[in-house]
Amino acid sequence: MFYREAGDFKTSYAEDNQTFPILFDRYRYYFVLIVGALVIPFIINDYWANSILIPFLIYAIAAIGLNILTGYCGQVSLGTGGFMAVGAYTSYKLMTAFPGLDMISVTLLSGVMTAMVGVAFGLPSLRIKGFYLAVATLAAQFFLVWLFNKVPWFYNYSASGQISAPERDFFYFTNMAVTGPNAESWAKYLFCFFFAFVLAWVARNLTRGSVGRQWMAIRDMDIAAEIIGVNPLKAKLTAFAVSSFYVGIAGALLFTVYLGAAEVGEAFGITKSFLVLFMIIIGGLGSIFGSFAGAAFMVILPVVLRNFLTGTLNWESALATHFEFVIVGGLIMFFLIVEPHGLARLWALAKEKLRLWPFPH
Amino acid sequence: MKTLTMMAVAGAMAAGPAMADLVFPDLSYRTGPYAAGGIPFSDGYQDYMTLLNVRDGGIGGVMTSVPECETAYNTERGVECYESTRGMGALVYQPLSTGITYQLIPRTTADGIPLHTMGYGRTSAANGDVFSHVFNYPANYWDAASVIVNQLLEENDGDLSGQTIALLYHNSAYGREPIRTLETLSEMHGFELSQLAVDHPGQEQGNQWLQIRRERPDYVVMWGWGVMNQVAIQEAINTRYPMENFIGNWWAGADHDVESAGADAAGYRSLNMNRLGDMPVFSEIQELVIDAGLGAGDGSNLGNVLYTRGMYAAMLAAEAAATAQEIHGVAQIDASMMRDGMEALEITNARMEELGMPGIGPEFAVTCEDHGGTGMAIMQQWDGESWVTLTDFIAPDDSVTQPLVMEDSAQYAEENGIGPQCGES
Repeated sequence: MFYREAGDFKTSYAEDNQTFPILFDRYRYYFVLIVGALVIPFIINDYWANSILIPFLIYAIAAIGLNILTGYCGQVSLGTGGFMAVGAYTSYKLMTAFPGLDMISVTLLSGVMTAMVGVAFGLPSLRIKGFYLAVATLAAQFFLVWLFNKVPWFYNYSASGQISAPERDFFYFTNMAVTGPNAESWAKYLFCFFFAFVLAWVARNLTRGSVGRQWMAIRDMDIAAEIIGVNPLKAKLTAFAVSSFYVGIAGALLFTVYLGAAEVGEAFGITKSFLVLFMIIIGGLGSIFGSFAGAAFMVILPVVLRNFLTGTLNWESALATHFEFVIVGGLIMFFLIVEPHGLARLWALAKEKLRLWPFPH
Repeated sequence: MKTLTMMAVAGAMAAGPAMADLVFPDLSYRTGPYAAGGIPFSDGYQDYMTLLNVRDGGIGGVMTSVPECETAYNTERGVECYESTRGMGALVYQPLSTGITYQLIPRTTADGIPLHTMGYGRTSAANGDVFSHVFNYPANYWDAASVIVNQLLEENDGDLSGQTIALLYHNSAYGREPIRTLETLSEMHGFELSQLAVDHPGQEQGNQWLQIRRERPDYVVMWGWGVMNQVAIQEAINTRYPMENFIGNWWAGADHDVESAGADAAGYRSLNMNRLGDMPVFSEIQELVIDAGLGAGDGSNLGNVLYTRGMYAAMLAAEAAATAQEIHGVAQIDASMMRDGMEALEITNARMEELGMPGIGPEFAVTCEDHGGTGMAIMQQWDGESWVTLTDFIAPDDSVTQPLVMEDSAQYAEENGIGPQCGES
């Protein structure tokens, strides 16, 4: 009923190739965009911005990044936390070394830096794959965290090794702080929304184009891909570069906009790598929507659950935290049993059913 | 649409109770690898506030409330807890975590809510000229490092030259804090300092103790927290390191750290910023709070090291609130009045006696420039069954710590464009 195809005619190749071929889907997409960009900034409060929406958008960017590498190109990576740290420390060094630089440039440059580091650690992927590659990227994770802990230059020789983000503006000539304690929460939210939207849009189109096809060919069978003319070196390294670019931007935003201060072992430890990996597994490998769904599942659900258990049911906070682990863990198992391909696949199936409803065959 | 509905629901949940109480949020951690330290501290903090409600009808006639939020010692959750409790009219935050403190320093300052990091957090926040809303009285890490060295100097007839001291530290902002002070002190007194980092959460210490076994430093100083302490003490026993020469800071000397090793750990020493022992206030808490079923925990922690420290922290907060009420002449104070109260706080022996906790901490007075207190601490020793106080309050060497505080806070002020705050109001 909702997903009617009757009367929705495509008369050109461009229309036939569009991202959202179903009319209702397209409207829903525009609706979410308008609400996200034009409604939420006006009604948002600090709690919603800082505790729920900003982390959700940032982790969604990280999940898209990892999804490009693991979901689309089939290269398993456990180095996400380390690459996020590269983004965070690059933006810290840029912000303190060039106080006049605006946040868009800082964030993009952090992404570029992380892309270069990512390519360097992606080189082993030309010789090894699967579990072996996972271990190689795990080494990247530990090495990078160790490096940022060990070399005081990275944290400007501060006594405690903490880095903290000074106040910086959104863009040149604008007077809208997006980092530091005085930044308005709607500004921070819009900044992250802007990055999440542009990066998701680029990723979606990249994966639909020739580069994305090469990645997927490598993922599905690298030898066959090579025979039909895909250059594995180029495909794998571009996947590592693009993926690390995204993850680096997520790391930079996590530090500058969301946390404001960070300590590498705590903020970018191995648990971050696992968290983002779980996001794409729960959300769905090889799906942009799945990255958002996975991030929502892993970031928003625990907070809402905690608010419900302690706020509404008045449970003790320790008990609520333990039960939160139980419930979220149980839900992860439930979803993976019901649909091993993640929330994105579940959503696609629901859509499929709604298109036929009320006459299933 | 779904997002909007959800926003409405959680927005209502975050709004919290009306501002009728004095709200002291408790960012506790009763789960995770650091829970063993978080539970007694939080129990002590909450029980003392409950005692004030039951016995005195609150502070100055206004009841206290202590909303608890679980952080699991995780900074992201700490930030979330801060955001969710801020709107309740929070008067002061005490997160008991250096990592969360670093996140909250700029936020609380911008929001005008004081932050009290008793013996942890950012040491240079002792300079109130730069950190207007951060307080770390009665002592900080650099004081602790200096106190340990002063004590060792006394035991070695004032000469540590040629000795080696190994610093076994938690590889985080918390553990790295004393390094600069110890480096300065090692140059001053001629001892050799070796640094051994232990990664979060601290169970893996094989390599570090192998190195200690090989190098045999004269003293091992530990900056640990949570499970790291227990493991370190067990490793020290296994390597047969003389326990008398193994000294923890005040976060590495609680009952649960040594109880598992028991008599084998006898001789282990640690600092403490609050005195232990049988104080009249404990029997009041036992009677009016725990026996009445109002206790935050099961009551088994009453009187142990971290419970006492949590209670001490609550006492300092309550005294500051009372001072603020006096200054401003209103009972229902807000966060900015609380800040004034903390800045005018004066703790005397007579007052501590009156509160039923004689000599629990050193006497000190806070001023606008000095948010750090005296920095004095005592040395205590584990005799195999309980902690025994070894010394009176030992003073740190201010000539060492003060320049470091000034240097570090000046750097912070420059990075963040903060001018001098004292002497203008």
